[in-house]
Amino acid sequence: MAAATEAARARVSAPPPTPPPPTRRSWERVRRIGLPYLLLLPAVLFELLVHVVPMLVGIFMSFKQLTEFFIRNCSAAPSAGLGNYRFALDVNSAVGRNLLHSFWITCGFTVLTVGLSWLIGTGAALLMQDPFRGRRLLRTYFLIPYALPAYTAAITWEFMFQRDTGLVNTLLVHDLHLFKQPPFWLLGGNSFWALVITAVWRTWPFAFLVVTAGLQNIPGDLYEAAAIDGAGVWLRIRSITLPQLRPVNQVLVLVLFLWTFNDFNTPYVLFGNVPPPQANLLSLQIYDTSFQSWNFGSGSAMSVLLLVFLLLVTAAYLLVTNRRGNADA
Amino acid sequence: MRRPLHRRPVVLALAAATALLTGACGSGSGSSSASGGHPTITYWASDQGSSISDDVRVLTPELTRFTKQTGINVKLEVICWNDLLNRILAAASSGQGPDVVNIGNTWSASLQATGAFQPMSSDVMKQIGDSGRFLPGALAATGAPGKEPVGVPLYSMAYALYYNKAMFQAAGIANPPTTWDEFVTDGKKLTHGNQWGVSVEGASTSENAHHAFTFSQQHGGSFFDASGKPTFDTPQNVAAIKQYVDFMAADKIANPSDAEYSNGTEAVQDFATGKAAMLLWQTADASLANYGMKPSQYGVVPVPFPASLPPGGKRADSIVAGINLSVFADTKNKDAALKFVKYMTSRQTQIELNKAYGSLPSVTDAYSDPAFQTPTAQVFQKVLDNSAAPMPAVPQESQFETAIGGVLKNLFADAASGKAVTDQTVAAQLNQAQQQLQAGG
Repeated sequence: MAAATEAARARVSAPPPTPPPPTRRSWERVRRIGLPYLLLLPAVLFELLVHVVPMLVGIFMSFKQLTEFFIRNCSAAPSAGLGNYRFALDVNSAVGRNLLHSFWITCGFTVLTVGLSWLIGTGAALLMQDPFRGRRLLRTYFLIPYALPAYTAAITWEFMFQRDTGLVNTLLVHDLHLFKQPPFWLLGGNSFWALVITAVWRTWPFAFLVVTAGLQNIPGDLYEAAAIDGAGVWLRIRSITLPQLRPVNQVLVLVLFLWTFNDFNTPYVLFGNVPPPQANLLSLQIYDTSFQSWNFGSGSAMSVLLLVFLLLVTAAYLLVTNRRGNADA
Repeated sequence: MRRPLHRRPVVLALAAATALLTGACGSGSGSSSASGGHPTITYWASDQGSSISDDVRVLTPELTRFTKQTGINVKLEVICWNDLLNRILAAASSGQGPDVVNIGNTWSASLQATGAFQPMSSDVMKQIGDSGRFLPGALAATGAPGKEPVGVPLYSMAYALYYNKAMFQAAGIANPPTTWDEFVTDGKKLTHGNQWGVSVEGASTSENAHHAFTFSQQHGGSFFDASGKPTFDTPQNVAAIKQYVDFMAADKIANPSDAEYSNGTEAVQDFATGKAAMLLWQTADASLANYGMKPSQYGVVPVPFPASLPPGGKRADSIVAGINLSVFADTKNKDAALKFVKYMTSRQTQIELNKAYGSLPSVTDAYSDPAFQTPTAQVFQKVLDNSAAPMPAVPQESQFETAIGGVLKNLFADAASGKAVTDQTVAAQLNQAQQQLQAGG
């Protein structure tokens, strides 16, 4: 597609037709159009090597019966046809049922995490919009969770969620006396909330950062005009800030969605190799199938299914938001 | 901005793929080759001590001595227990691995199936010394029966019951329990205030799987049939697993918080710091000393048995636990690697290493050392000789450990949060784990 637009642009900018000798002209054209591609070539090759080839290998593997007997020589693995996909999607079997269960858990987890992160991030960015003493310091402070390595953050939360020695229970049980018995946070139903809390804590600074950047682009005279017309804070946020942030939010929500849906680090560090069923995300389920059941074929099939699902959601999202954006405009 | 982020959805597909791509379909170049006639071999050691640095401290003098004797350099890397199996798997798939590696002996059959390790044929065994030197039980846990073993035993361990002498005295219990009925009765007497009868590592899949296996043996159960097909949800296995989880669920002699313990140190620490009076563990002496518990403060006896064995029940009270030493099939320094294996299983090295780690030698001639004549060492020796059973020697063993360990983790979580643990819930969990394992193979 890029090539087509490039060619179209080249045609548009081509000089009016007063033909010099045709051979020289076409050679020059090739050179002029070819040079950018030549310069792009190393990057494209590298991109293929780093991203596309492993992806194709993953797709290839998803059609193989790649178990521990063949990991030393994967080309010898027998073909599985669509078996791995049937296996993953068969909701009457334990694996398919678990995968579907994980899918719903992951959906809930994603909606909550993205929603809360966006809300907190936008709220904080709006509060930090007007200058005051210490604003810079607070802005930097807000970004710390985003700057911390994922593992450090998740391990710290794991310590805090421990039942007997964790900070959370010390606060809730010993200081505030909210519970008689200290609750478990890393087991049972609470584990889902522990996961959401940790993920939101890690994610919202990114929303804050992006929205803060977006706010800088809103012209100040819009607010001045609104103030003169007597618009209050809420009305200004609703009628100026949010519409002006639309393009930023469109990308932000998509990115948060993709990151959260695929999050592996947070649940893996919090719960270890066997997560509680109430917090068993898809990424963990795929890891479990690949690296603990040693069934890399099925694991790859599940990864491909996840990829397809995310691509569909992304495409639908872009289609809907773009159309709405155009209609609004 | 959007472009790089678009790639996020494929990250997972890549994660699995890259791990294999790097060499799954290529041949390895092996480790660094000879430099002036003196080869260097790479050795991956499992962490046996209380920390990685502790292991390096213990192993370095032994490796230096080996280099002095043979001129072969050894590059040492100590690997966390939690990472070891994945690292071996990655090395096996890429062909880019170490020359010699420590493995948990229960993984032998699984790893044998991958073909990643040099088979120890009788010729090879002759090269590294007589196979008759090794403890027969430990030697049996080096691969599936009838196939050439893929390693030699390095450290031997077994489960035993550790009990706190002062707490037993305070509760008026004269002798440590020898049957499970006595164990539960004593446990109830020992549970009061902040003190619990027994501490368990309820979220550790490997600890859970080992106990599930031993209890199942006593109940006459089996997790695989003769053809290697999983038979998880038999009544015997259900009873066995329920008995273990009931320490927390019904008998209430284990702290519900134990359901969270996963890293293999917390239950030991609770025992050492007086939060629990009993502990079912394999050779914990070095760790206990580390947490400040003196050997005079605790006693070690064999794990209890049922008062009378149910039909088909076996007199087993431990798994054959231990660490094996294996040589990678892709090694470019086979001779040097085998020399190293021979050195590590020699009498002197065995005495020094097992003394430092509190484990037992895997060769009979090392037992004459006074370090292995203590009452504790003799208890373990007796268990290994008489009543230790090897874990199932099937290719799916490592998957089995994770699957069963996960079942127990979930059941402990139920018990801790006050949900009922019944025969039905245990059977349902086992059935699901079995389906998953069958589907995996």
